[in-house]
Amino acid sequence: MNPITRLASALGMVLGLAFALPAPAQDIAPDQLVKTVTMEVVDLISKDKEIRSGNRAKLIELIDAKVLPHFNFAAMTALALGQSWNKANAEQKKRLTEEFRTLLVRTYASALAAYSDQKLDFRPLRAKPSDTDVTVQVRVLQQGTQPVPIDYSMEKTAAGWKVYDVMVGGVSLVANYRTEFNNVVRESGIDGLVKNLHVKNGSLAAAAEKK
Amino acid sequence: MRCWVLIAALAAGCATTGEGDPRDPLEGINRGIYRFNDKVDQAVAKPVATAYRKAVPGEIRDRVRNFFGNLGDVFIGVNNFLQGKFADGANDWARVAFNTTIGLLGIHDVATDMGYEKHNEDFGQTFGRWGAGSGPYLVLPFLGSSTLRDGLGTSIDMYTDPLGEVRGYHTQYGLWGLRLTQTRADLLEASRILEEAALDKYVFQRDAYLQRRRSLVYDGRPPREKEPEDEPDNKAR
Repeated sequence: MNPITRLASALGMVLGLAFALPAPAQDIAPDQLVKTVTMEVVDLISKDKEIRSGNRAKLIELIDAKVLPHFNFAAMTALALGQSWNKANAEQKKRLTEEFRTLLVRTYASALAAYSDQKLDFRPLRAKPSDTDVTVQVRVLQQGTQPVPIDYSMEKTAAGWKVYDVMVGGVSLVANYRTEFNNVVRESGIDGLVKNLHVKNGSLAAAAEKK
Repeated sequence: MRCWVLIAALAAGCATTGEGDPRDPLEGINRGIYRFNDKVDQAVAKPVATAYRKAVPGEIRDRVRNFFGNLGDVFIGVNNFLQGKFADGANDWARVAFNTTIGLLGIHDVATDMGYEKHNEDFGQTFGRWGAGSGPYLVLPFLGSSTLRDGLGTSIDMYTDPLGEVRGYHTQYGLWGLRLTQTRADLLEASRILEEAALDKYVFQRDAYLQRRRSLVYDGRPPREKEPEDEPDNKAR
């Protein structure tokens, strides 16, 4: 092989690599994004002995790095609070979003830890290319039971597609917090809710430490 | 029967006052029964299900789940026919035919691999499909979350339960117990997640139940519920 062809083939490899790299998040279609992220996370967990043997902190780290960037937590918190969101000031909104985010990540980690080897069925996206608000559907298949649908409500933003609600088996996570949150706000105000969530997260963290 | 009345009376004593949820006018009584159910669950159902899961390998538990699932498919089909979904009903009965024969009395779910998907139907959903509203939310002793409509549905589900035809009390109660244990074992993760996710377990479970049933009545495609007063004016982004 002469130097020129060697250079050309090296260049080809570099270019090939460049094309193989994932496109920036904002260019990926929402259903592709869900599939790529899900498969990556499932693959990482299956390879990680520590996570599989119950290392919750490491699982949360993984979710933080791989999954969270694709969620819009401020929108989720606003939807979960409904009317009460408008009563909160900027500082309260920030703290509510932080606490809710911590709670959701922990819940998500528990759900993910329960995942064994069920098959996933990524449904084709039913949306027009111009749509900016879509639902991406995934189904968890298990023999002998009805498939469990997981629907991601996603919105197009400047930073790519972001999830603002997850529906599991027809139950919207965001809507399910609305009554609880509004009950607390009615009794003890926005600060009461912040405190309530903070205490809840603290006790969950303490319980995880003990394990 | 007498113990039900006693439970109801005890629960009424704990009734909370304040602004109630319009979907749950009996919240005080329901909360009482919920606490009772929770105690029964902590004392009996959950420990038995946990032990069952430790002792019985997953492969066998799959057979058990499939066996009872196959029995259930008979009336899942009936309910699909009653709702006018004939293709779905035929699918369910094809499942029963294949799983009972090739699947060895239902212990192997061969129908799913053949493309006949399992459905989720019951009489409560059929009434909902026919236009019945859910009525007030109810927590039934031992059975848990329900509504007036779904409770009536459940009583017909129980009446038409194929296990009711089993001769011999020992066999019948044995099968009932096994099915309950399998069902609870399948819910161990879900109940743990509920514990972690909820600020108020009662409210969280109630709202999830009502959302879930509404979704099931419409087979996963419920019409959008308009709640303008609940939407914040400006989404944060």
